[in-house]
Amino acid sequence: MVEEIPQGQNQKPKAKMKINKFIVGGVLIFIAVVLLVITSIKGNAQYYMTIDELKSSPDKWSQAVRISGVVLGDSITLDPKSDVISFQVVNIPGDMKTIEDMGGIAAVLHQAATDPTAVPLTVLYHGVKPDLLKDEAQAIMTGKMQSDGSFLADELLLKCPSKYQEAPLN
Amino acid sequence: MSADLGLGILVLTLIVSLYAVSAAIAGSKMRSPLLVDSARLAVMVTFPLLTSGVLIMVMLLVTGRFEFAYVYRVASLSMPLYLNITALWGGQSGSLLLWAWLLSGAAAIAVHQAWKGEKPFTPWVTVVCMVTLAFFLLIVTFVDNPFARIWALSNGQVVQALIHPNNSYLIYPPDGLGLNPLLRDPGMVFHPPLLYLGFVGFVIPFSFAIASLITGRNDSLWLKPARKWALAAWVFLSIGLVLGSRWAYTVLGWGGYWGWDPVEVAALIPWLTGTAFVHSMIIQEKRTLFKRWNIVLIVLTYCMVIFGTFLTRSGVLDSVHAFSQSSIGPMFFVFIALTFIVSLVLLLWRWRSLVSEGKMESLFSRESAFLFNNLLFVLLFLICLTGILFPLVSELFAGTKMTVGPSWYKQTTGPVFAGLLLLMGVVPLTAWGSSTAKALGRKIWKPALASLIVLGVLVFTTALNWGGILALWLISLVTLVTVYDYGNAVLLRSRSQKENVFSALVKVTSRNRHRYGGYIVHLGVVMIALGVVGTEFYQAQTQMTVATGGTISLDGFEIKYKNLTQYTAADGTDIAQAVVEISRNGRILATISPRRDYYPGYQQSVTIPGIYSTLAEDVYVVLIDWQPIAADGATFHVFHNPLVNWIWIGTIVMVLGSILAIIPSRPKANAVKLAEG
Repeated sequence: MVEEIPQGQNQKPKAKMKINKFIVGGVLIFIAVVLLVITSIKGNAQYYMTIDELKSSPDKWSQAVRISGVVLGDSITLDPKSDVISFQVVNIPGDMKTIEDMGGIAAVLHQAATDPTAVPLTVLYHGVKPDLLKDEAQAIMTGKMQSDGSFLADELLLKCPSKYQEAPLN
Repeated sequence: MSADLGLGILVLTLIVSLYAVSAAIAGSKMRSPLLVDSARLAVMVTFPLLTSGVLIMVMLLVTGRFEFAYVYRVASLSMPLYLNITALWGGQSGSLLLWAWLLSGAAAIAVHQAWKGEKPFTPWVTVVCMVTLAFFLLIVTFVDNPFARIWALSNGQVVQALIHPNNSYLIYPPDGLGLNPLLRDPGMVFHPPLLYLGFVGFVIPFSFAIASLITGRNDSLWLKPARKWALAAWVFLSIGLVLGSRWAYTVLGWGGYWGWDPVEVAALIPWLTGTAFVHSMIIQEKRTLFKRWNIVLIVLTYCMVIFGTFLTRSGVLDSVHAFSQSSIGPMFFVFIALTFIVSLVLLLWRWRSLVSEGKMESLFSRESAFLFNNLLFVLLFLICLTGILFPLVSELFAGTKMTVGPSWYKQTTGPVFAGLLLLMGVVPLTAWGSSTAKALGRKIWKPALASLIVLGVLVFTTALNWGGILALWLISLVTLVTVYDYGNAVLLRSRSQKENVFSALVKVTSRNRHRYGGYIVHLGVVMIALGVVGTEFYQAQTQMTVATGGTISLDGFEIKYKNLTQYTAADGTDIAQAVVEISRNGRILATISPRRDYYPGYQQSVTIPGIYSTLAEDVYVVLIDWQPIAADGATFHVFHNPLVNWIWIGTIVMVLGSILAIIPSRPKANAVKLAEG
């Protein structure tokens, strides 16, 4: 009994130290990863805007941005010498609510693509031509606005609404 | 008739599931085994009910009943039988029906088995499973019903409705739209159902955790059934994720297998928390630690499973997989919020009773390695969650919408995955309980030294790509340590029992299936890591237009364009097929046929790459565009993907290892259990 008391006194601070070791180690790792995440955001995050918003924000022209627009099928060309794909896109609204109010994404894409007053933006992309790149597809591009008014895309994603959307019933 | 029958089945199943919930709660409160038993039977009845609902739907799809709006949208006479069956999950309402059906099956098995072993849990497992099922059935029955038909109203307007509107008549379209050509692939047959099996599988361990909280138990009884279900769900989810990757790789032709698309990430998140859970479960079983943490993990996994479905369907995320903003979004949001809050309240209620009996002693013990494993997986989970919610949060708080793409994900998750590799390399040689750095060092120095030799070889023989070299070194460390420990155990037994190495291997493995199944899983994981490292750090690509007979060079390979044929298939698809010859150092290795299928009805083309595969690499050729054979030639995009096939091989190894770890104890152990009462 007498011998146990000094042992007990010794055990408590040791156990506390061990728990602290874990907490310190864990917190350090956590902080390291949080710092990693924040610095990565600084270097890798992009503003997501509509084509019209980008055209009217010259301050954003030197940074990587993500834009979305509807593809004009007739404008899709592949330059065999430089292997650059070039096509034109037209502005569509960025807000989901607006799109739903206007009749759904398929209707919005069709409206924008057939609007004779819309000013198209030329997109240049060097990569594998996506299968979904066709007329009235929604294109989501990440890249930079060039000084000549065209958009050089690093990433090109395409969505084709006919997959999940209400099909036109006729 | 089918419409009424289908609707009737859905409504009936919903009523049965709600009955099960009430009877289970009432039976538990009133201590009536009869009521609880009736609830259990109700659960088991939902499965045959929903099975008949699914069968009716499939019948409608394969017999071309295009007056049903869903059938019109996803099925078509131009698709083969297997694709019309697959179309069941080609759209939202059918997918949700599939989800509900799989859940009813899992719940039926769970309550049937639980009746034998874990009786006190049965009522609450019933409640949780049936509440989840009722939620999905509510949506499928009243919000988006696959049995709705197409009607023409008197004013000419065409609508979709379950019940015959006044003054209208049915429309019978001659053909349906069918699946998007990109989805007409065996990948579509397996990828969604396997993913759903994984998601649904995690509902069961969650319900056992809630049952344990409600019944006020502070032991690990709930872990026994939870363990089998969590491992099985994990296997299905892993296979589902990898199959999706392989499908993207072999068919969609962009040379990659994972795009860090928000919906991909949303499906990955439950896998991350689920993997953390299957590890920390072991700690609770062996050392009775992490009791509260395990509950938190499985609650998170369940919520992330439902959240993932919500994210895909609500239109909240911008993704190539997410399309419409449907009304089910807010319903999902409310359901997740409610279940999360209720789970949290239950956990806090029982917080004090869930004291851990064990103690964390050493930084270098096995428990410590598992703890850091969990920390890293939680960090991955938080990173992924941050990534997919970033556009929403940035718009809410900063006013402007910002997104993060693959480069951000790779930069942030890369180091954490490397940390996990390091842990995998160390953990086989750690010991339970007290341990010191010295003790670990003594055990690990030999394989560690061997890995450093490998590192040296890599530095001198491969291109100086520090990220790649570091990753390859870690992979070699894990492989060497795992094989070293496994091999030692086998050799020890072989010598002491005078057995040959092979039978010693079998005996050692079968006597400790959990441990060595785990080792095999880890070996599978490093094989996958090998494939990922090969493509991430050492991939090369080029795109060129060549005349017939012309050659493209890439990384020592010669890719020669031989010819191109164009023809129309029986179903009207326009096919252009190129013949390409791959050679290296003058020796012809293979002839492959990249092609482009064009579906005139959909104005949609599907480019299918030609792939030359070996253990060392893939040469992956995509036909981009072509001119008439006599003229300029064709454009090809060529990828050199080193080590990529180790991803698929590693997955198979991982699955085999998991099966080994899941197999229940042998009859001898069970006899002991029975004798103990």
